[in-house]
Amino acid sequence: MTDYDVVVVGGGHNGLVCSAYLAKSGRKVLVLEANDVPGGAASTREFSPGYSVSGCANWLYQLNPDVVKDLGLRLDYAARDLSTIGLSPDGKHLTISGNVVTSDHLSAKDKAAFAPFQAKMVKFARLLNTAFKRRPPKLVENNIHDRMTLLKLGIDMKLLGKEDMQELLRLALINMYDVMQETFDDELLQSVLALEGVMGSHMGPRSPNTVFGYIYRRLGEVYGFHGPAQVKGGMGVVGTALASAATASGVEVRTGARVASINLKADSAQGVTLADGTTLTATTVVSNADPKTTFEKLVGFRNIEAGTTRRVSNIRMKGDAAKLHLALDALPDFTGLSGDQLGQRLVIAPSMKYLENAFNHVKYGEFSQAPTMEISIPTVNDADLAPSGKHILSATIQFAPYELKAGWDDNKKVFEQICIDVLASYAPDIRSLITASELLTPADLEAQYNMVGGHWHHGEISLDQIMMMRPFPGATQYATPVDNLYLCGAGAHPGGGVMGLAGRNAAREIIQRGKKA
Amino acid sequence: MSAEDRILKMLLPTPFHDRVAAVCETNEWSNWKGYTTPESYTDVELEYFAIRSGTGVFDLSPMVKYRITGPDAEAYLNRLVTRDVSKIKVGRVGYTVWCDEQGQVMDDGTIFHLAENDYRLCSYTHVMDWMSWSALGFDVSIVDETTEVAALSVQGPTSCSCLQAMGLAGLEALKPFGIMDFTFEGVPLMVSRTGFTGDLGYEVWVEPALAVTLWDKLFAAGKPYVIRPVGGAAYELARIEAGFLQAGSDFVPAEETVRIGRSRSPFELGLGWLVDLNKPVFNGRRALLEEKKKGSRYNTVMLDIEGNKPADHAFVYVGNKQVGNVTSAAWCPTSKSNFAIANVDAAYGKPGTELVAEIYYERELHWTRIMAKCVVVEGSPFNPPRRRQTPAPAF
Repeated sequence: MTDYDVVVVGGGHNGLVCSAYLAKSGRKVLVLEANDVPGGAASTREFSPGYSVSGCANWLYQLNPDVVKDLGLRLDYAARDLSTIGLSPDGKHLTISGNVVTSDHLSAKDKAAFAPFQAKMVKFARLLNTAFKRRPPKLVENNIHDRMTLLKLGIDMKLLGKEDMQELLRLALINMYDVMQETFDDELLQSVLALEGVMGSHMGPRSPNTVFGYIYRRLGEVYGFHGPAQVKGGMGVVGTALASAATASGVEVRTGARVASINLKADSAQGVTLADGTTLTATTVVSNADPKTTFEKLVGFRNIEAGTTRRVSNIRMKGDAAKLHLALDALPDFTGLSGDQLGQRLVIAPSMKYLENAFNHVKYGEFSQAPTMEISIPTVNDADLAPSGKHILSATIQFAPYELKAGWDDNKKVFEQICIDVLASYAPDIRSLITASELLTPADLEAQYNMVGGHWHHGEISLDQIMMMRPFPGATQYATPVDNLYLCGAGAHPGGGVMGLAGRNAAREIIQRGKKA
Repeated sequence: MSAEDRILKMLLPTPFHDRVAAVCETNEWSNWKGYTTPESYTDVELEYFAIRSGTGVFDLSPMVKYRITGPDAEAYLNRLVTRDVSKIKVGRVGYTVWCDEQGQVMDDGTIFHLAENDYRLCSYTHVMDWMSWSALGFDVSIVDETTEVAALSVQGPTSCSCLQAMGLAGLEALKPFGIMDFTFEGVPLMVSRTGFTGDLGYEVWVEPALAVTLWDKLFAAGKPYVIRPVGGAAYELARIEAGFLQAGSDFVPAEETVRIGRSRSPFELGLGWLVDLNKPVFNGRRALLEEKKKGSRYNTVMLDIEGNKPADHAFVYVGNKQVGNVTSAAWCPTSKSNFAIANVDAAYGKPGTELVAEIYYERELHWTRIMAKCVVVEGSPFNPPRRRQTPAPAF
């Protein structure tokens, strides 16, 4: 008799989603989260007394509606469908709201080209959604479910029409730089969109797969998000809401419980041992941890065959995104922005050349001298995050390497200063407003949120690492080369982004397999 | 030879090359994994009979050799190969195979347990990349020492006497698959009672600088014991007669196969005895467990064939149905048998099974086809007691 039917390693959003579905199926489920709060990268973090910020993910922008419905999730939004404002040092900003781009400095041609471009990208995202809702199909085995998935994908692709289908096949493999060059003239517009293709990845606008990255983020539109949403209380509320939903379904959620190892007997997972030495047995172990953590640290490379260790170690997961958190005495004055515009998604990415230059540094283990940023001033929409009258600025910074050649310990302050200087060129008064600050490098994000490389997708989202190749060939459909060990995190199909589908799909697969047995 | 020279040379000479070339009268050379090696020296049959009646000396230096050391060496090898390495004690040698994760044999070879967590792995293929991948998570060092060790295979009934006469006192006490260390000309010399002939025999390992001296001393000492250098052809004949599989001949190393289904599992090669499924994990284990459950596709069998025409590359039939083909065949002079190793469908492997080999042979441009009856036999036709006797008998 085992202690639990299922032990879920990691209480990130996918682990919680997965556990809730599994508990609903009648299983006795335990979630073990190393941190003191559930939610993983969906976290709210008090970085200075009284100042709380979404510690990793800034926004909610592609949470799957089926997951929300199935789990009875009720989230309080401080703001929804936020616009994206591309900042210009001289105040010549542009604003993207849904399918409309507005700016006094944009040509009529660019304005007219925007809506059709977005519509096409959303159309492609809708196609992706067909595959994302299901387990990834295996190609070799003639499984009827997998064949249906492939068939549906094929039909949906055909239904795009000849022109769009050709366009998808052309675009999917090329890069944002080329697509932006052929679609728009305005440097700022090109760059603001190109940034979305590289967010969180080790890619520059000229890297292949970046169009795919852009389409991936358009899934939000399919799921009813017309721009990012800000959750009241920060992203940590998503974590706690999911934990509550899981608990309501009968899941036991233990926080502060770090798993030290996944225990095997022969080829089969038998349970886990916690850092404090407690051993728990389970019929099924589900890992919400990224595949490298799961196999290298928890299972141990020595305990699995070399073919698997080789594939796991080859997964590309270099996070290049850092987080900057500033406590501010007052709202900063961004040149040319009105007060209510400060609550939107602000982007510093003046040109694609700027982006590419920012990326170049990380290839050589350096941080950008002029980084690009996605900025949120959450206190504009949700005053409770800071003491009365005070504000917070939270920025996702690219590019900062996971492994800084010169070492992060001595250089963190240097990079933080560079970031603040960049901010100051758009908001000149910002330096005088800062009362506290925190920079989380990819290495810090790794330590804080237990994800190798600080990569928030638990592995690069690129064509060679999606679908049946995610997380690696041979471990698709959530099962792994270790019997009774499943993956349910962002490292599994379809990926991260606080979408919840990896957790849901994994649970469905485990339930389905349980029926057969 | 410098590293640069090694790259520039199409084929490398072995450390014994000067001596080998001097006595290679036939001038028949072949390429053994990048080394120039003789197919024969004088006459293949004379050389073969040296192995069976006196001593044949075969230059083994091209054999690929890896040195595996470090705190995890044993654990590492245990995950790499199919057999339980912990059972190979210090001073012992073990024959083994290793598989890819589909449970297909990548190669066979021998593991020499030289000291605590100090091993040498000898293989047919170069497998550094696979060995390196397999090392993830293990604290081991893997060094290709192929060029740093010269080796001679000294095989035949008088082999022990030859080596004793060269000064290796006490060698007769060495058990099969055992290792003994000596000092030769002031440097370490290692002898293992191993070989590829099914006879009494040894393999002698020394640093390349001493290779020529070893050759000279050995041949001088062995003169009264009918010692003779042997080339690849004679060695091959002895190996077939002993029923040993040769990678590249009797199976294709899995990494070298191009077509689906051309690789073989250890069970399919009749090497199931080398697979320890009780080990917690090793490369290929999951696939081999699955194969155990589902059954194998093929069997590797030894055939005793009527007549005296070697069944090289023969198709093997049951009635009109082709069920396999011969991978190695020879008329074996000592055992006086027409012997072959064949790969057949799994259903036809049982000893005693009667099969038919379709043999083609040519006499003065005249080709003849015979359908020779054959029977699956257990064990090779050549298996003399001296192969196992300790102390080694003196001849």
